Amino acid sequence: MQASDRFNINSQLEHLQAKYVGTGHADLSRFEWAVNIQRDSYASYIGHYPMLSYFAIAENESIGRERYNFMQKMLLPCGLPPEREDE
Amino acid sequence: MYLYSLTLQQATGIICAINGNFSGGKTQEIAVARGKILDLLRPDENGKIQTIHSVEVFGAIRSLAQFRLTGAQKDYIVVGSDSGRIVILEYNKEKNVFDKVHQETFGKSGCRRIVPGQYLAVDPKGRAVMIGACEKQKLVYVLNRDTTARLTISSPLEAHKSHTICYSLCGVDCGFDNPIFAAIELDYSEADQDPTGQAASEAQKHLTFYELDLGLNHVSRKWSEPVDNGANMLVTVPGGADGPSGVLVCAENFVIYKNQGHPDVRAVIPRRTDLPAERGVLVVSAAVHKQKAMFFFLIQTEYGDVFKVTLDHDGDHVSELKIKYFDTIPVASSICVLKLGFLFSASEFGNHGLYQFQAIGEEPDVESSSSNLMETEEGFQPVFFQPRRLKNLVRIDQVESLMPLMDMKVLNLFEEETPQIFSLCGRGPRSSLRILRPGLAITEMAVSQLPGQPSAVWTVKKNVSDEFDAYIVVSFTNATLVLSIGETVEEVNDSGFLDTTPSLAVSLIGDDSLMQVHPNGIRHIREDGRINEWRTPGKRSIVKVGYNRLQVVIALSGGELIYFEADMTGQLMEVEKHEMSGDVACLDIAPVPEGRQRSRFLAVGSYDNTVRILSLDPDDCLQILSVQSVSSAPESLLFLEVQASIGGEDGADHPANLFLNSGLQNGVLFRTVVDMVTGQLSDSRSRFLGLKPPKLFSISVRGRSAMLCLSSRPWLGYIHRGHFHLTPLSYETLEFAAPFSSDQCAEGVVSVAGDALRIFMIDRLGETFNETVVPLRYTPRKFVLQPKRKLLVIIESDQGAFTAEEREAARKECFEAGGVGENGNGNADQMENGADDEDKEDPLSDEQYGYPKAVSEKWVSCIRVLDPKTATTTCLLELQDNEAAYSVCTVNFHDKEYGTLLAVGTVKGMQFWPKKNLVAGFIHIYRFVEDGKSLELLHKTQVEGVPLALCQFQGRLLAGIGPVLRLYDLGKKRLLRKCENKLFPNTIISIQTYRDRIYVGDIQESFHYCKYRRDENQLYIFADDCVPRWLTASHHVDFDTMAGADKFGNVYFVRLPQDLSEEIEEDPTGGKIKWEQGKLNGAPNKVDEIVQFHVGDVVTCLQKASMIPGGSESIMYGTVMGSIGALHAFTSRDDVDFFSHLEMHMRQEYPPLCGRDHMAYRSAYFPVKDVIDGDLCEQFPTLPMDLQRKIADELDRTPAEILKKLEDARNKII
Repeated sequence: MQASDRFNINSQLEHLQAKYVGTGHADLSRFEWAVNIQRDSYASYIGHYPMLSYFAIAENESIGRERYNFMQKMLLPCGLPPEREDE
Repeated sequence: MYLYSLTLQQATGIICAINGNFSGGKTQEIAVARGKILDLLRPDENGKIQTIHSVEVFGAIRSLAQFRLTGAQKDYIVVGSDSGRIVILEYNKEKNVFDKVHQETFGKSGCRRIVPGQYLAVDPKGRAVMIGACEKQKLVYVLNRDTTARLTISSPLEAHKSHTICYSLCGVDCGFDNPIFAAIELDYSEADQDPTGQAASEAQKHLTFYELDLGLNHVSRKWSEPVDNGANMLVTVPGGADGPSGVLVCAENFVIYKNQGHPDVRAVIPRRTDLPAERGVLVVSAAVHKQKAMFFFLIQTEYGDVFKVTLDHDGDHVSELKIKYFDTIPVASSICVLKLGFLFSASEFGNHGLYQFQAIGEEPDVESSSSNLMETEEGFQPVFFQPRRLKNLVRIDQVESLMPLMDMKVLNLFEEETPQIFSLCGRGPRSSLRILRPGLAITEMAVSQLPGQPSAVWTVKKNVSDEFDAYIVVSFTNATLVLSIGETVEEVNDSGFLDTTPSLAVSLIGDDSLMQVHPNGIRHIREDGRINEWRTPGKRSIVKVGYNRLQVVIALSGGELIYFEADMTGQLMEVEKHEMSGDVACLDIAPVPEGRQRSRFLAVGSYDNTVRILSLDPDDCLQILSVQSVSSAPESLLFLEVQASIGGEDGADHPANLFLNSGLQNGVLFRTVVDMVTGQLSDSRSRFLGLKPPKLFSISVRGRSAMLCLSSRPWLGYIHRGHFHLTPLSYETLEFAAPFSSDQCAEGVVSVAGDALRIFMIDRLGETFNETVVPLRYTPRKFVLQPKRKLLVIIESDQGAFTAEEREAARKECFEAGGVGENGNGNADQMENGADDEDKEDPLSDEQYGYPKAVSEKWVSCIRVLDPKTATTTCLLELQDNEAAYSVCTVNFHDKEYGTLLAVGTVKGMQFWPKKNLVAGFIHIYRFVEDGKSLELLHKTQVEGVPLALCQFQGRLLAGIGPVLRLYDLGKKRLLRKCENKLFPNTIISIQTYRDRIYVGDIQESFHYCKYRRDENQLYIFADDCVPRWLTASHHVDFDTMAGADKFGNVYFVRLPQDLSEEIEEDPTGGKIKWEQGKLNGAPNKVDEIVQFHVGDVVTCLQKASMIPGGSESIMYGTVMGSIGALHAFTSRDDVDFFSHLEMHMRQEYPPLCGRDHMAYRSAYFPVKDVIDGDLCEQFPTLPMDLQRKIADELDRTPAEILKKLEDARNKII
């Protein structure tokens, strides 16, 4: 690898994708995109305590339980991934 | 439009709490995060929680941790927030501030998935801290100290693992070996790739130990082992000499002890007997208590039950883990065990509690243990228990919390001077209607009737060194009554006071003699009982008198002033006379300064609308030093000396100052600074207090001088944490008052009003509101006012709970089964939770134990009519069959047959998860009967969706049912559909109307402006918003403007541009033709966003209201975290300029404590627009003096002028 390669657009993108979870790419599938959005949303709900309590009131659960539920949902936020189409 | 945003009531909910010795020394404090506020609390010697310091950080605090360097005496606070920075704070006791010791940036700001800040863990020996994110990133900072013993922090060491969700972090106590951190982690990378779902079902949580090698300065994954898949929380187990080390893994239904190279020790968490089988038991908070020879854990489950967890261990080997039922207290977000034997519980919702330990659970109780864990085919054998009354804890104090504030209305139902805030707070069994009044709460100690109408009252000590007052002297129009204070208060005749004349003043003179001033002279009673009388010359009488401990000035009718001084022997000597130009309206002498013989200043108010300052120095005695003209004749004068402070717990830096306060006849209080040397008056401020001319009295509050102003209501002026506050007291109109001190009541006030003598105490200082609580049954959702009778109609609903009857039946059964048989508790009154105080012999008060959980598809709900004056429920309808009320409004239909009716939108069998589902929605129409006190169902109309919004419109009822806006008319058997529009994007959650316009709020698409054309019977949308806003609250401001708040904590205003609005109003088709040309399913016109502000908290209610009589209106909001704020429109361009510059300088000179940029915080989702943050501006007085002067210079003003501006801005709102 040459030094100049470090600055071309592809390697920069790869660097970003490695550093920041959820950075997209050209072949991103709808499912992958949605999963990222959902995980980001759940992380945001967990981080913003007032929002967490807002959900907790709606569902009549304790805030601790609500946080746990959201963490659990981060595993498969959009259900199972679709069957991969063979190239 | 520019708005000034001000928080009136800070958030009262608590996100997390930690305890430690933050101020050094022996006392333990509690640091609590309330969203954007960091507070330091301390239980005082009486077991009351006192707030020592409170600071707004303009960022979301997500986690707190405390650590102590080895050998140090003081704890530091580490803050994990949304700033992308780690911040270490130290509490500075001298200045009463948090000092930022370190601030290290590691990532982007905001609550993001992979930016650390969510979790914090510290090494128990204080050598390192780990900060983690929900996913992937974990950073370790090494903490050390340099040669001068200052704390140092290293650059971060990474312990990242991608595709890994982190559930919890904690430090592992391993003595002085390399620091180890434990984490519960879940790897999702395979589950994301596997379409068969096998990987997902096999996904396994792991407990991972990260070791920080202090020698190599490197973090490595040391050990990772599968752990129960329900794991959610870690608790550090003491190690080294104190215990076996390792961690407790709290999982759903289990607590597991784990350590490297140690077999798991597992015990089940006991379950409540009435818990549905589908529900698990999750630990939500935990605390550890360590003493010399033992330690135990307290863990609290999501239902509020607290368990004591103990480990039997022999050295490093743990043989048994025991979980014993301890007590049940409301569910807490954090619990703290203090060394003094207190337990602080920061409740998730509702009031926080301070408990005292009566026992530590040594007595036998339901217990589960690892040694008798039984595994059956269906899993582990559960252990059951029944909650019981508190045995080990006793509650000694509570801190009020409005969290969650569900709905709020500012109304003046009690016809008081200022409106009251009616707020629906709390959840489930702890829900309540709270009536907030601006002002301080007082505690009435005694009220006693007097013979006749008293005109004045004084208290007096016998000797200057006495701690308590000796006499209460009450003056009537023709007599004086002397009461002596002892065990009881009784009349005495041997005091030496003349009782056949009214009194003008009674006071201690010199060290130990008493003075009574009456219209005909001055009576001086020496300590040995000798009496000296000074009589007025001729037929003139004394009209006014001013005095302090050594000086007396009297004003005779006609305007002559005579000045007396107490000499060395205690004798009162006439010093000087002076003729004023006219009658004297009032007099006051400043208190004698410490170490001086006399005070230099006398203030004289005259009927020619002036106040003069006269000198009392011997060389220019009774010469006029300065004159101030005021807007109306002064009624009362008072010098108030503010002692200098250099901070400390009672205040911020401020220099000593002397204020002259004048109560004017037009009800205004006028405050002026008196130059301590020259007597010149400057920097005056005025404030309208009430309809009566204020009378001013000096009293002492927390050992500092304060001022009581009696107008049509009483006010207290005092210094609290460096600010001067002038706050109304929630008490009736008083005529005259005096400070009162006895051994029952160290700092009270005695006052007269009507024909009664009242003694009261002032409670918690610094509060804006005081509250009256009316308990409710279920989570309140909304309420409306029945305008004619001034009754409130409240709808309450809860998911997954039993109805009152079912609960009652279950309770009876349980007592019969348990043989407790405490009869008489099953009556209907008891169904109302907490209607009486909890100390009552109620074995299971719901307020404390929570409602038993039912299956999640079960709903309970009720409609309540409440008379706020008497705080009684006049009617309570419990809905049957899983119906839950969601919306309510009052409506007057065209035909006046029934008058005002009540419409309630309900839904049956609502289900959110796994998919939103319902059986049916209904709109109930009720008729008010028995003077509006009761409700009678007229009919019930089934609708296809959830009626989330109802509103009256032109004699009909508008309902938002899912995405449909529909107009109904009243029929005999049901509501009749008249017209509808199905074009709303998601779900309608609010409807407001004005003339023929309808303002509809969509749950995620902001506002839609609609019109109704009567001739064509059509509803159509003519304008909408282009920003997707997840509305949580909305309010109609004016014809073109709406105020809204979204789920992410933003408040915004939208306005239809003027020309568009006119065009639509002038268009004969009402813009209908254009409407048909809308693009992409949107409306043809768009509203403009004119105001935008990030509050940082979910706003649940908005209202336009004025909190001061005759003041202009502001937009008030209430939030989930229980804070109340206001947005007030500026009226002058100058003010806008001034405050925006002040805000700019504050941002630069005083960046927020937790490292979040202020501007970025207020623009977290959308750029802030035309709102000036008053909370930031109000931090100005807490700045160091030189910084204050610097900012003031740049604004071309003096610091005092800025303070005055800030005070004025606040006084316009409240």
